[in-house]
Amino acid sequence: MKKDIILAGVGGQGILSIAATIGTAALSQGLNLKQAEVHGMSQRGGDVQSNLRISDGEIASDLIPMGKADMIISVEPMESLRYLPMLSPEGWLVTNTKPYINIRNYPEMDELMAEIKALPRHVTLDADEIARELGSPKSANMVILGAASPFLDIDYTSIQDAIRAIFRRKGDEVIQVNLDALEAGRKQAMLQTGHTG
Amino acid sequence: MQKLLLLGDEAIAQGALDAGLSGIYAYPGTPSTEITEYVKHSAEAKNGKVVASWGANEKTAMEAALGMSYAGKRAMVCMKHVGLNVAADAFVNSAITGANGGLIVVAADDPSMHSSQNEQDSRFYGKFALIPILEPGNQQEAYDMVHYGFELSEKFRIPVMMRITTRLAHSRAGVARLKPKAQNEIRLPENLKQFILLPANARRQYKHLLGTQAAFINDSEKSAFNQLMDHPDKKLGIIACGLAYNYLVENYPDHRVPHPVLRIGQYPLPEQMVSRLYESCDSLLILEDGYPLVEEMIRGFMNNGKPVMGRLDGTIPRDGELNPNIVARALGLADTRGNDIPKVVSNRPPSLCKGCPHIYSYNALNEALSSLTRGRVFADIGCYTLGALEPFDAINSCVDMGASITMAKGAADAGLVPAVAVIGDSTFTHSGMTGLLDAVLAKSPVTVMILDNATTAMTGGQDSAAAGKIEDICQAIGVEKEHIRIINPLQKYHGENLAIIREELAYEGVSVVIPRRECIQTAARRLREIKKQKETNKAEA
Repeated sequence: MKKDIILAGVGGQGILSIAATIGTAALSQGLNLKQAEVHGMSQRGGDVQSNLRISDGEIASDLIPMGKADMIISVEPMESLRYLPMLSPEGWLVTNTKPYINIRNYPEMDELMAEIKALPRHVTLDADEIARELGSPKSANMVILGAASPFLDIDYTSIQDAIRAIFRRKGDEVIQVNLDALEAGRKQAMLQTGHTG
Repeated sequence: MQKLLLLGDEAIAQGALDAGLSGIYAYPGTPSTEITEYVKHSAEAKNGKVVASWGANEKTAMEAALGMSYAGKRAMVCMKHVGLNVAADAFVNSAITGANGGLIVVAADDPSMHSSQNEQDSRFYGKFALIPILEPGNQQEAYDMVHYGFELSEKFRIPVMMRITTRLAHSRAGVARLKPKAQNEIRLPENLKQFILLPANARRQYKHLLGTQAAFINDSEKSAFNQLMDHPDKKLGIIACGLAYNYLVENYPDHRVPHPVLRIGQYPLPEQMVSRLYESCDSLLILEDGYPLVEEMIRGFMNNGKPVMGRLDGTIPRDGELNPNIVARALGLADTRGNDIPKVVSNRPPSLCKGCPHIYSYNALNEALSSLTRGRVFADIGCYTLGALEPFDAINSCVDMGASITMAKGAADAGLVPAVAVIGDSTFTHSGMTGLLDAVLAKSPVTVMILDNATTAMTGGQDSAAAGKIEDICQAIGVEKEHIRIINPLQKYHGENLAIIREELAYEGVSVVIPRRECIQTAARRLREIKKQKETNKAEA
């Protein structure tokens, strides 16, 4: 088993919460993990990414070779496209459709969406809207993770357990709302792709 | 024991705690900051068993670590690569004094300049100072090498450099811990003159350092971190330093490299190992992150031996960090790449946070200067360097810590009046105070804006040594009291702030304007913690 994942977003959007959840789930399954992050200047509203590598064998490079990523998971639509050179021809792109506009020349949404939809394997969803409907706008990242979950090759139950472990101190209510967010994202992805995980 | 999932930085910190660390000293700098942060948050630091301290700058941190080593205890000092320039005086001389308790100097390089002004390679400093260097290839080695490095330091009574790069510093992996070791007891050097670098002593100590070089090399030959691996295809031999080894093996199925490989994790270079590889192969490829240090040594000035490939002959780009694809191309293997980035994607440079006090400082400064010719603002290192970008376009220099004030003075000396310096509170106490003294002594017509957000913001909000002291420092240095002005950088005070900046720009001597408001990030964090505390109190009541 090997999954090379690019996590993408804008500094401050919290992509590392997704990485931490996948990482916790992977470790609980006895898998190896390497995860390269961006700290420093780019965290101030710039584009940020994380290279997350999971494998049952030994992992050498902290960086994923270009064209070899199995997935791009993005919390922002334009940022999802920035890492296409990393994505393998068989790879999946899972992205939020809610734009984060902190630059003057943000592109037209329909042009962005056309690029995303032109990819053979993609899942798009408005995670912010779904999270808001669930009454928990802060859980948008867990919606995205849910949408990525059918393609991760990690037991869904271990992802749920990871959420329980990570949010343990915040109480049962917070755990449940994040589990619901995860489930809502997962359902969307299955609906869009016919994939059953 | 279960493995811990740690950043490379955190692995070094945990390694130090487990290896009997007594004190860690640092000035924050990406990508080194998380080492000291981790120790500061440890139980050992919180209960007072380990000292974890931010110094005013890297030099003071280096000297404090040397003092702890003098007293016989294990000390670590951490800095980013350019921080080592600041600490260089103490660092180079610490090789002459030698260490007593184990002393590790961590230098975190930033090839590709993710968050830096240059990509200098700290291994040159280690070589220059004639001390052993350790370069971990992964998080586990980073952890293990701290234990090993303290032993090495105490065995040879010499500071040891640990050189890492951004990629390892900020990448996580599982790390297995060793059995924790007790701290050293206080024990002064046997020779109480060891640390007195009077010429007569220094000459003796320096000869001793030179005499120990052969032993350092011998140690490298035997080190578990240097490995010569023999493989059948001898058309090419490969030297891979630190992380470069990972990029090399990534390119082969099951990580099996067909060529002989010398993996380097400890310097000085093991001469015999290098010779054995050189003799057995037709040509050499050198893979190293940073400058071509090893490549230069092996190639030599005349380059009259076997073909040596690397950054100098263009096989690998001369600048930037390595990655699996660059190494694939160097090996002549198939390169891989997905689709191009669609043209519709815009750049998204970093920017000041919404509500950041610097926004209002720059708005006022820009307007105050609008009637003058452009190009008179000398800035410094910190979040406010983002004032160089749109929409502010407010500054004209960013060179090194403290250079704003001294460059403004030099430009004013040349006739650029008024000249403005923009410097943060933490950068001011790091390296700005001495420059301000120069300006005061020369009565330079400069206006110094000390942007006081009460923290070291860019690196994540570490304590600022300047907190509560800036006016007193400026006054003590000799800035006249009536020309030290404090403003509140908020939109609603814009008119008032503008008038004050204009007044001080018109003053033909040194003036200081201090826009003072807490960093929006640290303020938010502080409020969250207060809220959490209230909730805890309520729950307990």
